[in-house]
Amino acid sequence: MDKLFIVSSPPHIHTRLNLKNAVWIVILCLIPSLIAGVVFFGFYALIIIFISIAVSVFSETIFEYLSKRKTTIQDGTAVLTGLLLGLSLPPNVPLWIPLIGACFSIIISKQIFGGTGFNLLNPALTGRAFLMLSFPQIMSVNFKYQAPETLSEIDAVTSATPLTLLKSPFYYKITEETLRKMSSFDFLKLLLFGHSGGSIGEACKILIIAGGIILLIFKVIDYRIIIGYILSFCLMSLMLPGRINPLFQLFTGGVLLAIFFMATDWVTSPVTKNGRWIFGIGCGFFTALFRLISHYPEGVTPAILLMNLFVPFFDKIAVIIRR
Amino acid sequence: MIFTWPIGLRLKKQKNLLELPIEVMPPVSFVFIHFQQHRGKPAIPLVKKGDAVKIGSKIGETGGEISSPVHSSVSGRVIDIKPHPHPFLREGLCCVIESDYSDTWEQRFIDSDYHSLSKEELLERIEKAGVVGLGGGGYPTAKKLLAGMKDRVNLLIINGCESEPNLAADYRVMIEYTASVVEGARILQKILNVPKMIFVLTRNYKMAEALLKKEGADVKILPDSYPVGSERVLIRKITKITLPADKLPIDVGIIVQNVSTCYAVFQAVKYNKPLIERVITISGDGINKPKNILVKIGTPLSAIIQYCEGLKDDLKKIIFGGLMTGIAQFSLDTPVIKTTSGIVFQSAVCEDEINDCVYCGKCIDVCPMGILPQMIYTFIKNNEFKNAIDYGLDDCIECGCCSYVCPSSIPLVHYFKYARLRNMHG
Repeated sequence: MDKLFIVSSPPHIHTRLNLKNAVWIVILCLIPSLIAGVVFFGFYALIIIFISIAVSVFSETIFEYLSKRKTTIQDGTAVLTGLLLGLSLPPNVPLWIPLIGACFSIIISKQIFGGTGFNLLNPALTGRAFLMLSFPQIMSVNFKYQAPETLSEIDAVTSATPLTLLKSPFYYKITEETLRKMSSFDFLKLLLFGHSGGSIGEACKILIIAGGIILLIFKVIDYRIIIGYILSFCLMSLMLPGRINPLFQLFTGGVLLAIFFMATDWVTSPVTKNGRWIFGIGCGFFTALFRLISHYPEGVTPAILLMNLFVPFFDKIAVIIRR
Repeated sequence: MIFTWPIGLRLKKQKNLLELPIEVMPPVSFVFIHFQQHRGKPAIPLVKKGDAVKIGSKIGETGGEISSPVHSSVSGRVIDIKPHPHPFLREGLCCVIESDYSDTWEQRFIDSDYHSLSKEELLERIEKAGVVGLGGGGYPTAKKLLAGMKDRVNLLIINGCESEPNLAADYRVMIEYTASVVEGARILQKILNVPKMIFVLTRNYKMAEALLKKEGADVKILPDSYPVGSERVLIRKITKITLPADKLPIDVGIIVQNVSTCYAVFQAVKYNKPLIERVITISGDGINKPKNILVKIGTPLSAIIQYCEGLKDDLKKIIFGGLMTGIAQFSLDTPVIKTTSGIVFQSAVCEDEINDCVYCGKCIDVCPMGILPQMIYTFIKNNEFKNAIDYGLDDCIECGCCSYVCPSSIPLVHYFKYARLRNMHG
């Protein structure tokens, strides 16, 4: 016998959807949103995102080199973290904001805990939460002023009612009354182009949804989290004081980006099916609640981070339910 | 269990396998017949070096409570009885027979009046012929039927689902020997005295469905997902009964038999022909001519390769059985045994690097038994075998779905097999 054969345990075939491919699919699904953001907010947005990605990759390399770990750049998780962080930043922050945020995301939130697969919190959201808490002025002032400017360009011809209301720092609290005043065309436009000029990635909602649906088709993300999140978020919006139109709630701010790309993160979501239902429902509940009661216009970041911490608990519940 | 309806995988059948007709492989000069070809104790050798044997001569006697006799598949002379590479035991005691290419049978008659035989006589013929479950389990059929005669059986399932992507042998058997298969199933039905018998097929086996219905059989169709052909999954799909790990199908009054087994039963009862040949599928990108062949038990791999017009140069792996559950072979001397359902020659081998678990939960999504592979894997890694069993290790059917979908390429099934061995041997 001059030839040796490979011997290994079954199965002898393997899915092509390994970690690396899955991460790159997610990144590809985010590219349209990125392009829309650059078109809406200008070239400066691209620089922000570029810095965010570059610093993510760089800090991961440096940390893994210093801690003598095997390098994990090629699996794309650092690029994805950088991209998501960049997309969730307001479009005219100073350039040192993505730099600090990306460093914090990768080193404190991910590498300290042990790298890919071991982080408790979503790295991109942790970086964003850190920036929001440390530099609330920069992070929220831009929210307020950016919105009307950008929208006025697109919506110049159509009715001005939503725009004037948008100038309020709490623009997301526009009531159903406003919505009723809008024609169906305006509403469609609202759905398509979004309403908030919030952060870079939130520029075009329809692209985010399209990306999310592609991920669902490729079975990269799980439908349980998404359905649970959307249902509980809409229900809570209806029930909480103010009774804001749930569709309006859904299409403002970063909820959609969070639903499709952040809450469904493999590492920081539950592994069990029932756990994912609970996780999704919890995320929706707290997002709606935080939007109402917190000082920040956004409720997504704290809600998902809070639920991330409860993930092992949800899995435990799911195991108990199963018995 | 409301939210956790388990689903399997969708694996595409390899191209054209279903269209390849069964070819009878010409006789070979040497056969290697193992004494362990079934579940349970190995057979006890009856012959010694130099003995002359005929086709169908019994060369191994039933070796225990659960065991089965083995027979010579050629006529000729016993050259040696020695350890030889075995498809799943690495090495096993084996009888090497040199063929004289003559067609002399030990004892052969056609009994077309088998309908008048009693249950016990039928059972005896099946036992004497050494028929075992040909789907891959290899449990002696006579023993299974004996247990079924003692208990009350109310459903006989004839399993025609080959969910493995590289197998088509059962399909070809159903198409080309339809009448024999149905007749074999009726014999089983008679022995068990069971009112209901159904054939279960997957959706892509349209032609077999039509032919079986023509013979008057009751056919049920299941979606062609993997691992629908696995006994426990099949029972749950049909009867909605979830079998606990410590229960056998017979405990809920169900017996499952493979279609190839039915064919072997018919041959044993009508022609008094022991199980000395079977249909296997030769496939894969490493062989020049994929084929469905009727091959003598004991034919070595090298002879099969020669018959299938040789190997390709970039061959990397040879697998006995299905792609998802089969065993990779290290030698070209390994012979076909009774439970071999197919052989795959693989050139394109997946060699992904094994990474850390990323907690994606895909293994839990896909597990057909609804257990928690990821958590069990963590326990096994930490040597917490008791916890692993608490979380459902015993329910695992080793179908390989979890390893297949794992984005980090963790060999989960390998860990489960290891843990089972550890539990078995303390």
